[in-house]
Amino acid sequence: MSDQTTNSIAFVADGTIPPSPPPAGETGPIKWLRENLFSNAVNSVLTILALLAIYMILAKTLPWILNGVWTTSSLAECREVLNGKVGACFSVLTERWNQLLYGFKYPVDQYWRPNLALVLLLVAIAPVLFFDLPRKLLAFTAVYPFLAFWLIWGGTILAPIVALLGFAAGAFVFQTYGKSSFAIGFFGAIAAAFAVWLIGGALIPDGASDNAMLQAVPSRDLGGFMLNLMLGVTCVSLSLPLGIALALGRQSDMPLIKWICVVFIEFVRGVPLITLLFVASVMLAYFFPPESTVDLFLRVVIMITMFSAAYIAEVIRGGLAALPKGQYEAADSLGLDYPQAMRLIILPQALKISIPGIVNVAVGLFKDTTLVSVISMFDLVGMIRGPILASTEWNGVYWELLGFAAALFFVVCYGISQYSQWLERRLATDHR
Amino acid sequence: MSELMSDRQIDRSKMQVSDEVAIEINGMNKWYGSFHVLRDINLTVNQGERIVIAGPSGSGKSTLIRCLNALEEHQQGKIVVDGTELSNDLKNIDKIRSEVGMVFQHFNLFPHLTILENCTLAPIWVRKTPKKEAEERAMHFLEKVKIPEQANKYPGMLSGGQQQRVAIARSLCMMPRIMLFDEPTSALDPEMIKEVLDTMIELAEEGMTMLCVTHEMGFARQVANRVIFMDAGQIVEQNEPEEFFNNPKSDRTKLFLSQILGH
Repeated sequence: MSDQTTNSIAFVADGTIPPSPPPAGETGPIKWLRENLFSNAVNSVLTILALLAIYMILAKTLPWILNGVWTTSSLAECREVLNGKVGACFSVLTERWNQLLYGFKYPVDQYWRPNLALVLLLVAIAPVLFFDLPRKLLAFTAVYPFLAFWLIWGGTILAPIVALLGFAAGAFVFQTYGKSSFAIGFFGAIAAAFAVWLIGGALIPDGASDNAMLQAVPSRDLGGFMLNLMLGVTCVSLSLPLGIALALGRQSDMPLIKWICVVFIEFVRGVPLITLLFVASVMLAYFFPPESTVDLFLRVVIMITMFSAAYIAEVIRGGLAALPKGQYEAADSLGLDYPQAMRLIILPQALKISIPGIVNVAVGLFKDTTLVSVISMFDLVGMIRGPILASTEWNGVYWELLGFAAALFFVVCYGISQYSQWLERRLATDHR
Repeated sequence: MSELMSDRQIDRSKMQVSDEVAIEINGMNKWYGSFHVLRDINLTVNQGERIVIAGPSGSGKSTLIRCLNALEEHQQGKIVVDGTELSNDLKNIDKIRSEVGMVFQHFNLFPHLTILENCTLAPIWVRKTPKKEAEERAMHFLEKVKIPEQANKYPGMLSGGQQQRVAIARSLCMMPRIMLFDEPTSALDPEMIKEVLDTMIELAEEGMTMLCVTHEMGFARQVANRVIFMDAGQIVEQNEPEEFFNNPKSDRTKLFLSQILGH
């Protein structure tokens, strides 16, 4: 090393320099504090101001929360108990707990049904979210929508069975004929499914739901946070495949498919969700045959799914555009056909790039489910604004109720966000 | 660059050119919009030939070999690859692509799959080879390109030269009859160029039909049995490497050679 300090040009390292520990004082919490909080005068002032602000917020809210009253049966009683002190009236949550979660019409003795559906939901989505789990669990995931439908709505078990059979028939037709010609398989599958549904629907006797094992609950009676969760889960899981199809369709070489997708995406994205919901509640009935009464829940699901699918399609299009052209060429040059190239090469990478955007849409969609309260469905916000705040006992308890709603949504959305970050880390294989 | 390979004796015993025609191009023309990129290309390649295509950038050499597996469409003329004519029929295109291996300048490995999965994907899905057999074959070719120990890593963890050798192994796993190389060493450091060229030489020694777009004139001199010089979308000159380098005929070729061999 000494050679370097002299003025000779020639230099040869006489060995590798071994690593040594950093000097004392360069590690530990004191160093962290000094570097991050008090590195100069301005930072020190800002740190102190921030601490002050945190103190002031906590000084006001903590007593309010800690003095909270949990056991009274009306706001007036709360005020009596508090006797002028600062304190929250959380009794509204305990007293109206069931209404907040299930709405006010769902039969009380049937609450176990949505509860069971929720537990099974966790089992059903586990293999989708965590792909290290055995693939055989996906069989349960495939059956789950029909099982959940039967649990929540009750009525005759024949309806979900016919629905399941329709899908099974479609899948069978696609498996058999899709190999030789995609179009025949695809449209044949749709035709087969509809045939099964029509025939099966006609075979179900009229009064089948009257004395069914599970009491039938109409969609009008669903409500509370349960309704938000149902709409959120259904719409996210439907809009993701639809969004992928739209994104691929928009890139298609076939002008007809391309323009259908472009018009759909641009139209749906250009319209506020709330107008689509009004269309669902009022106008969509005109598009169906007059004697059919398409369920309100289904109409709302269709609208929200279309809305978020358009957004997801654009997010995925971004992911597709971010892939180097060489990936398409490599897949082509190996002789993979279009569906194989998409499924094995392009989409896994494009979707990975799109995860933050897709999660963004999913979180937004989940929170947007509260908009159904404006078309008089009693979801969590609908329940709070309607039956609870309008009651004589709890008129005026805004902070506690809306804070509770915010907390519920925050827990779910934060969970989604954490999952997506885990997923991104798990899929990070490119080491760029 | 020719000194890079001077340490290697090339075994020419299996480098036999047969009479069987591998690729035939007849009066092929291609346009990008109104720009005429390939002009009246006529070329016949026999099974076992090793052809190097050289020329300045923008001369259409990459476009030419990309036409051979339909990554680019040609508008006029006829291309017959391994007995199948390239047309718009997707079945023909997929058949040709599975017989023709291609190695790209930027490797184009699939970053979300391991090295082994990169090599087994096409045999499993296109050739319907059983997974176990595909993996055995992949390991065989990875050993041949001398990186079997990397099989379970991801492409991003490998150096450029290693990635390009994986890309060669990935193509070989499809058991192609023809290999196309599109500037396989242009994105590599000099040290890595050698390892890739060595792999390509080995392939040539086994009698593979190869079309290489490359600037490695040392490789052309030692391995090729024909060098094609292209400029402005047309074939300007083609000859055996000795003649081509020592006694170029056209002025354009002379200028090109003096520029790339000048220092």
